[in-house]
Amino acid sequence: MTPRVVFPNKILPYLLVAPQLAITLVFFYWPAGQAFYQSMLRQDPFGLRTKFVWFANFRKVLADPAYLNSIKVTVVFSLATAIVAMCVALLLAVMAEKVVRGKGLYRTLLIWPYAVAPAIAGMLWLFLFNPSIGSLAYMLRSFGIAWDPLLNGTHAMILLVSAAAWKQISYNFLFFVAGLQAVPKALIEAAAMDGAGETKRFWTIVFPLLAPTTFFLLVVNTVYALFDTFGIVHAVTGGGPGKTTETLVYKVYNDGFVNLILGDSAAQSVILMVIVISLTAIQFRYVERKVHYG
Amino acid sequence: MATVDLKDVKKVYPSGFEAVKGVSIAVPDRQLCVLVGPSGCGKSTLLRMIAGLETISSGTVAIDGKIVNSIGPTERDIAMVFQNYALYPHMKVYDNMAYGLRNRGTPKDEIDSRVRATAKILELSALLDRRPRELSGGQRQRVAMGRAIVRNPRVFLFDEPLSNLDAKLRGQMRVEIKNLQRSLGVTSVYVTHDQLEAMTLADILVVMNGGLVEQMGAPLDIYERPASTFVASFIGAPPMNLLALTESASGAVLADGTAIAFAPREARAATLGFRPEDADVTFNAEAPPGALVLPALVEAVEPVGAESFLHCAAGGNRIVVRVAGRATATVGNQLRVVAKAEKLHWFDQAGKRVG
Repeated sequence: MTPRVVFPNKILPYLLVAPQLAITLVFFYWPAGQAFYQSMLRQDPFGLRTKFVWFANFRKVLADPAYLNSIKVTVVFSLATAIVAMCVALLLAVMAEKVVRGKGLYRTLLIWPYAVAPAIAGMLWLFLFNPSIGSLAYMLRSFGIAWDPLLNGTHAMILLVSAAAWKQISYNFLFFVAGLQAVPKALIEAAAMDGAGETKRFWTIVFPLLAPTTFFLLVVNTVYALFDTFGIVHAVTGGGPGKTTETLVYKVYNDGFVNLILGDSAAQSVILMVIVISLTAIQFRYVERKVHYG
Repeated sequence: MATVDLKDVKKVYPSGFEAVKGVSIAVPDRQLCVLVGPSGCGKSTLLRMIAGLETISSGTVAIDGKIVNSIGPTERDIAMVFQNYALYPHMKVYDNMAYGLRNRGTPKDEIDSRVRATAKILELSALLDRRPRELSGGQRQRVAMGRAIVRNPRVFLFDEPLSNLDAKLRGQMRVEIKNLQRSLGVTSVYVTHDQLEAMTLADILVVMNGGLVEQMGAPLDIYERPASTFVASFIGAPPMNLLALTESASGAVLADGTAIAFAPREARAATLGFRPEDADVTFNAEAPPGALVLPALVEAVEPVGAESFLHCAAGGNRIVVRVAGRATATVGNQLRVVAKAEKLHWFDQAGKRVG
């Protein structure tokens, strides 16, 4: 146990953390409190009368089949995005490690997509895979695949996951490259002399030693897939076709700002907040135990 | 068991740097060969080539008579102890030792019995459930040894395995390694820059310098008959005293003008050497005939306990003389350093031994 630090001045420490606290209070606690308060209100369509309804909004939302569908969509989308983004990034990072000449250039090119805004990334993919004008959609059709993300929910989801993962791959790649460089070369050599082939070395030595990086990226990617993909969903599918790609975040926006059911929307965002807090807590409590830091 | 044969092995890096410039060494079965030399002499590169971790630019490496140049480290059946141990940090001691056996598909119960037997030899039995970071330096060193031993490989390689330990532990582990190697009877190649380790461990000592072998042989032979000034100054602590000679009408003279009448012809314009323990100091003027007698001024005295080292200015150089017990001389004393003729070493202008 580290001994408790006692500051001679009683007020100064609070003053020093005050700016940080103020920012957190104004930009997190206050809006969160507002959302929580709003989630218990119900307004008429014109915003003239407001009624305090306790948890009626939550009951309504959780009983709504469209909301339950949205949860399912979000789970599929987030898992797929996080897994695809991390697997592809790891593969690329391992390959990039083997490049001898032009390593820097190769890495720079792989990191670039991270600089692209989510909505732009979404538009790129949308155009590439647009059934009428997309060049890649044309290629898919020539392979005999009836590609139609505008009508086929599965296709729309694949497109969305591709766009969302593509954007995150660069970020993951950067961390995996750094992680791989931190694995001591002598360990790989020792494993080679211990009779482990390349694949075996990767899974028994390198991958376990990358665990801290992988864990960190798992947290970041999950949060990314849950929240930061609004722009992509909005640009690529707008939640459609039907409601097959309507994620929780997108539904919050849709119900609140398009359909103007503010009470429902607020209730949903409170639920979302609870989900993220518990998800992060679970990850740190259970997954991190399996992680060995050096 | 196995022999290790290197024939004219060279290592040239893509940058053009030649780390090893043609080395031939034959290590007989069950012998411990020590490669010693200063940093950058190519000894580690050579070891890594035997291990298969570096490609061989030219020449051949053969284990048990079979050339292994094109065989990867995985198939050479060699175990190596690395300088910083290279233990797998995420595995327990048991798994660290079992890893190599598992990779070779050894049955589970055999792995278990072998790991436990090895752990017993190395006094690691109580530590099998620990992870490397929970061990002390000496214990980690033992685990690294255990990981090598448990596989019962044809050849052991050691890459400066003791350099991360403190002096006391180093001495202890040195003896253990020697005993272990002898009782297991595994052919070994050991790299170090510590000449004491090299002297005490080696059956065959190879002194390397600048990518070449300077001298090879039994440690004491090398100590007694160093083949060059480099070996003379590298092996032995403190190193051999080397004095520059200039040719004169009557033979040779030292830098301070002391005449050396009995210098062999080839060494007259080169170097004379003697070991610190092969010289005596005397305050008397007379000296035995045929001996080297140097007037010397004591500049420093280092009492070590059982012996003392006198650092003197003599023959235009700084020399060190070892005297048993406590030195009677003190700083500023003027005395004579006497070395018997048969204990003198002569080197020619190229630094090679004469006679």
